[in-house]
Amino acid sequence: MTVTEAQFREALLDPDAPVPAGLVSATGAPAGARYSVYRNNVTVSLCQALATAFPLVAKLLGPENFAGLSKLYVRQHPPTSQLMMFYGTEFPEFLGGIASLAHLGYLPDCARLDLALRQSYHAADGVALDPAELQMDPALLAGLRLAPAPATRVLRSSWPLFDLWRYNTEAGAPKPRAVAQDVLITRPEFDPVPVLLPAGAAAWLDALARGMTLGEANDAALRDTADFDLSAALSTALQTKSLSTLKKDKTL
Amino acid sequence: MSSTMKTVAIASAVAAALVGQTTTVAEAAAKEKCYGVSLAGANDCAAGPGTTCAGTSTVDYQGNAWTLVDAGTCMEIELPEMADGTPREGSLEELDRDLPA
Repeated sequence: MTVTEAQFREALLDPDAPVPAGLVSATGAPAGARYSVYRNNVTVSLCQALATAFPLVAKLLGPENFAGLSKLYVRQHPPTSQLMMFYGTEFPEFLGGIASLAHLGYLPDCARLDLALRQSYHAADGVALDPAELQMDPALLAGLRLAPAPATRVLRSSWPLFDLWRYNTEAGAPKPRAVAQDVLITRPEFDPVPVLLPAGAAAWLDALARGMTLGEANDAALRDTADFDLSAALSTALQTKSLSTLKKDKTL
Repeated sequence: MSSTMKTVAIASAVAAALVGQTTTVAEAAAKEKCYGVSLAGANDCAAGPGTTCAGTSTVDYQGNAWTLVDAGTCMEIELPEMADGTPREGSLEELDRDLPA
């Protein structure tokens, strides 16, 4: 009698499930504890992957709490893709649904930040908008369409998300302030970097990403934040190389 | 706001944003890969699980592991001397010292 792949897999993430009946080793001996060892390794390695994937959440929760939670998560949400660097997309919502973590309301956003940093890391390379490209007939600027770079991610948070990230990753960083912070993630060079966005800039970048012109995006940002400052938002976007070049690159 | 006023407002905001970009971009770009200065398991890499670079250096100051540092500071980072007393320095190129056995 042989064990199908489905039967083998079914018990893999459930430590209480019996070892699939009829599973034998190469010499014909019952698999028994050997299956349990393998089952344990699968869970442990997924938990380790989750800890690597969410460094900020892991730091905030501490190793013991994180290990307990990740065991729950990996059994409920096993990987759906072989690309382990993208593992954990449902982790923010999962954290938000845990009643005993309700007092740490910022955790889901911190998980979104960890996730966005990884997505940005693996995003395609792109040629950034050179500030000199904006030196054109001023009458044309309002109708210009600027697209975010492939590695650009924007997170809107009602928590001091940027401060939380900095306090937990940089030595000597100031304590988080009690404010809502939107965070821009970009890859100005090799690695993704979180940057604090000025008020309304997240709405502006979102509007640009949806294909609006500079003028339309400015209106959208002003509707979101009455004192939106286009100059400050554009300055941040240019410095962090968050926007793509206007040139249609024929060589790439 | 009339559309002419909007056009003017946007043009002046863009102009204001362009002022000083040349210096700030240069500053933002002032980082370099520095080899041979990371502590074991602390080399920079944000690639995540299932990749081969995150914290994979296994010895301190491993010569082929890098960390991003401010440009111009790589060779000045103070490092302990090597076991035989020769000074240890960071490098912009991969080094063949302190490799894992």
